[in-house]
Amino acid sequence: MSKRTPSRGHRGPGGGYGPRGIGRPVDKAKDFKGTLRRLVRYMGHHRWSLLFVFLATILSTVFGVLSPKILGQATTILFDGMLRRLQGLSGVGVDFPAIGRVLLMLATVYVVSTIFDYVRQILMVNVAQKTVYDMRRDINEKLARLPLKYYDATSHGDTLSRFTNDVDVLAQSLQQSVVQLMSSLISIIGVTVMMLTISPLLTLLTAAMLPLSMGISAFIASRSQKFFVRQQNILGDLNGHVEETFTGHSIVKAYGLENDVKQTFAEVNQELYDNGWKAQFVSGTIMPLIRFVGNMGYVVIAVVGGIFVTQGSITIGNVQAFMQYSRQFGMPITQLASIANVLQSTVAAAERVFELLDEEEEPADSQDARVLDNPQGRIGLQDVTFGYDAQQPVLRNLNIEVEPGQLIAIVGPTGAGKTTLVNLLLRFYDLDQGTITFDGHDIRQLKRGHLRSMFGMVLQDTWLFEGTIRENIRYGRQGASDQDVVRAAKAAHVDHFIRTLPQGYDTVLKEDASSISQGQRQLLTIARAILADPAVLILDEATSSVDTRTERLIQEAMARLMEGRTSFVIAHRLSTILDADRILVINQGEIVEQGTHLALLAQGGFYAELYNSQFAAAVV
Amino acid sequence: MWRLRAYAKPYLVTVAVVAVLVFLEVMATLKLPDLMSQIVDEGIAFGNIPLIWNTGGVMLVVALGGVLCAILGNFLASRASTRFGRDLRFAVFSRVGEFAPREFNQFGTASLITRTTNDVQQMQQMFHTSMRMAMRAPLMGVGGVLMVVRKDSSLALMLLGLIPIIAITIIFVIVKGIPLFKSLQQKLDRLNLVLREQLMGVRVIRAFDRGQYEQERFDRSNRDLTGMGLRVGRLMVTLMPILGLIINFTNILILWFAAKRIDLGLMQVGDLMAFLQYTMQIFMAVMMLSMLFVMLPRASASAERIAEVLDTEVAIGDPEKPERIESGVGVVRFEDVTFRYPGAAEPVLNKIRFTAYPGQITAIIGGTGSGKSTILDLVPRFHDPEQGQITLDGVDLRNLSQEDLRSRLGYVPQKAVLFSGTIASNIRGGKRDATDEEVRAAADVAQAAGFIEEREEGYDSYIAQGGTNVSGGQKQRLSIARALVRKPQIYLLDDTFSALDYRTDALLRTQLATYAKDATIIVVAQRVSTILHADQILVLDQGKIVGQGTHETLLADCEVYQEIVASQFGEGAVS
Repeated sequence: MSKRTPSRGHRGPGGGYGPRGIGRPVDKAKDFKGTLRRLVRYMGHHRWSLLFVFLATILSTVFGVLSPKILGQATTILFDGMLRRLQGLSGVGVDFPAIGRVLLMLATVYVVSTIFDYVRQILMVNVAQKTVYDMRRDINEKLARLPLKYYDATSHGDTLSRFTNDVDVLAQSLQQSVVQLMSSLISIIGVTVMMLTISPLLTLLTAAMLPLSMGISAFIASRSQKFFVRQQNILGDLNGHVEETFTGHSIVKAYGLENDVKQTFAEVNQELYDNGWKAQFVSGTIMPLIRFVGNMGYVVIAVVGGIFVTQGSITIGNVQAFMQYSRQFGMPITQLASIANVLQSTVAAAERVFELLDEEEEPADSQDARVLDNPQGRIGLQDVTFGYDAQQPVLRNLNIEVEPGQLIAIVGPTGAGKTTLVNLLLRFYDLDQGTITFDGHDIRQLKRGHLRSMFGMVLQDTWLFEGTIRENIRYGRQGASDQDVVRAAKAAHVDHFIRTLPQGYDTVLKEDASSISQGQRQLLTIARAILADPAVLILDEATSSVDTRTERLIQEAMARLMEGRTSFVIAHRLSTILDADRILVINQGEIVEQGTHLALLAQGGFYAELYNSQFAAAVV
Repeated sequence: MWRLRAYAKPYLVTVAVVAVLVFLEVMATLKLPDLMSQIVDEGIAFGNIPLIWNTGGVMLVVALGGVLCAILGNFLASRASTRFGRDLRFAVFSRVGEFAPREFNQFGTASLITRTTNDVQQMQQMFHTSMRMAMRAPLMGVGGVLMVVRKDSSLALMLLGLIPIIAITIIFVIVKGIPLFKSLQQKLDRLNLVLREQLMGVRVIRAFDRGQYEQERFDRSNRDLTGMGLRVGRLMVTLMPILGLIINFTNILILWFAAKRIDLGLMQVGDLMAFLQYTMQIFMAVMMLSMLFVMLPRASASAERIAEVLDTEVAIGDPEKPERIESGVGVVRFEDVTFRYPGAAEPVLNKIRFTAYPGQITAIIGGTGSGKSTILDLVPRFHDPEQGQITLDGVDLRNLSQEDLRSRLGYVPQKAVLFSGTIASNIRGGKRDATDEEVRAAADVAQAAGFIEEREEGYDSYIAQGGTNVSGGQKQRLSIARALVRKPQIYLLDDTFSALDYRTDALLRTQLATYAKDATIIVVAQRVSTILHADQILVLDQGKIVGQGTHETLLADCEVYQEIVASQFGEGAVS
């Protein structure tokens, strides 16, 4: 499992899935039956394969169950031969033709059973892999249809965990546990029948051992689960402590907190030990005890069976066969216990995947949704009221008219406002009241994808994906030629930088692209926006982490990008604010004032105060 | 893996005892088929029923002895391995605690966390497994072989010939499987990466209306992964049937040859039955050993990573006879300090020379990578200079004990760090024995008192791990309060005010001026507006001081400073 996979709370931090088996804690589904039924439906189109798997399992198990008895026949023949020899009968020893026939039969049974076993496993691998393929595809397509509300309200870790951990659990279970479950059930039936045909009394004796071994494993498993749950929790605390200590390493050093931190660690570490060895010990006791019960059964069969043989009521070969059967009988039953756990966690995983697939989707575009042929970029907000939480509107009765080509500066101490604006203009969220118009058309009457493509965004958190620089720029306009890409890069002042890289435009951007600075990443997103040639721009000026020279380039590139377009700029520069046709002042996510620089200054409100504390001193 | 043997040493006796117990357990397991053959060959063949009963009784005792040995062995192994894990974990954690940032950054935070937690856990598991399984499998195998040889040496010879075939089959699948598994993991990582990118970039993807493109990109990776999953699955699914077939045909061969030997009177049927059971046990042992060989490389990689941490020497230490500053006031002087990060071609600081005086604010400004934060980090000796020296009240920092030096500093990093606990316990991180009044006063100046008192539990409010339940600005203010409460001689503030809004920023700066009026304050800043009133401003460009003075003098004569001001306030502000 990938280390990067974030673990979810209810599994215990730092936990994830341990090795699955008896005595480990299990996830439980809220609606076991319903989810199971749905999972079966989900695999519906594999029903022929599954049916075939079922048949092959029956055949392979039946043939497998036959073999000990045939092997026993060989032993009986040998034993008879040996007895005859011991009794000194001349000329007769082992009946070789009979042995030959039995062994040939045995070989046939082995081969047939193995072939069916192989076939069902191969089929199941196909079914499992195709099912999880479908599931991953469905999740991905679902994500594409979910509204932004889902993305904002759900942590990425949660979604990723459903996609990786839960789907992974399903794949594992389908591939292994389902086949195992089927063959366990069938072999219990088959073995019972075979044992009954040999000796009902011995069967009864063997069955008497069952409650013992099941009782032992249930008893220990419940105890060991308790220890493992605690262990997960303590391990979570320990990992958390390590994480925060290491993250705050410089503070620990600067304030001389080394000993305090070490002491806390030692305490949690000791707790982990106190509980950990018990978990390890108790869970490790299950197998020897079950083996012991198995051995007891073995002894009972040897003794009782032996006495029966001397009485002639049973053959020696059948005693041998019985010993094998009693092993085969006990194994699937202890397996069933662990498979029950696996089934629980499988259904719980499936439930979490289905929960995601059931999330409410963004309503589809209406039939008569329009496309604007020649967008100008006139934006209007009429009586707009909006809140992420219906009780707490962040915008109240807002009215703004923006003419094509105007520059709107957004000013304010916090960043929450700019996201809201992007959310509404691009219709990531729908309004509670009022309308937003684009060139006079209500944006709800436009095709979503089309509406969004009329906007270009250059934000501070530059989103680039893992791929070449060329692909990243071309993201702005599908099918753009290489020359167009280079032209856009030149306009964004990033062409020179790209050419200094060893692979040029074919340099692959990595997730943690250390070779490419934040400022250069921003230039790439500008190039991408230039290529897209949108009617309206949303820009973020904040460039605190950029050196002065790159900052200059970004300013120039942005200015070029804004020419002749309607632009909304999150402004941090005085010059931008002074040039703006209108300033929107945002405080704590709300637009508190709007107007031109002079008008707002005259108003003497929040903007005036902000301006005086931030900019005035430098100008004086 | 042997580099960690010192940590396993205290358990040598335990390991020996466990080995004896495992040996006894194995002997018991091996004795059972032998006793069973006795029932067949002596009891059944001659109709001796008392012998059958007696032997049965002996078998039960042997089985009981076996299980007791197993449980006792497991008890000892569990305790020893968990204790081994505990001690190793503590050793790694303590070692990392001694690291200076130089060693710390060499590994990286994420890697050190993995090494302290997962890798140690891995070692602990390996220690436990090797005490149990790794001893059991060879004993079982060798014991089984001895028993079959005793039962019938010529049949045993044939069996021994088959063991390599099994081992080779398993190893073949493993060797073929490991690269496939690696590739499977890579493809899975790749698919997760695509999905993560889509989650994080959802606004951009939708803004560019590239959903279709993303879907195709995802589908390519998904197909790729499924294809590899099928290959791996098919390989693994092939192994067990083949092994089963080999074992079963071995049984047939044994039966056939045994038949001949029984016919000649060279072997008895009970022996044959025991022989078949031993064969099974030998095969199981071979399979267990093969599994161990798969685990080994993983565990040794963990051991390697742990040993790397433990073997790392800490570069910064205390002098043998530290000097003490009797009545210091907190004059910090940099004398031609040059510093480069390990392995870097260019020094990040070049001949830095300045003095920061008590009662004054010294501000440092410059672009990213200009070395601003590095200057601050040199004062608490997170690094030592390569050339030149830094003095505190005339004493070279390297002649002071680290504890003494740091107790005089109030350091506030760019990224606020809080620890789980309460608000009060976090502020007290600066001064353990601070009174409630002192804590409150510090919070007050840090502009934190307001939001703290709004909380229901006030100063006893719980702070979650990493301070995730307070906002960025609040975190920063608590981190400032922690520095304030110790009333240090020297404040080191690394772009501390950037997470605050302008009003809070202004209030804090005004009150700090009174609260810490005798202290030496060194502050790194991004925003010019926060340092307008500093007593001296150092302008840094590519590791060199290119300007030194006040806002007014720099505006007049320092080009880089003018550029910075222009970029933040527009061209109008400079001229």
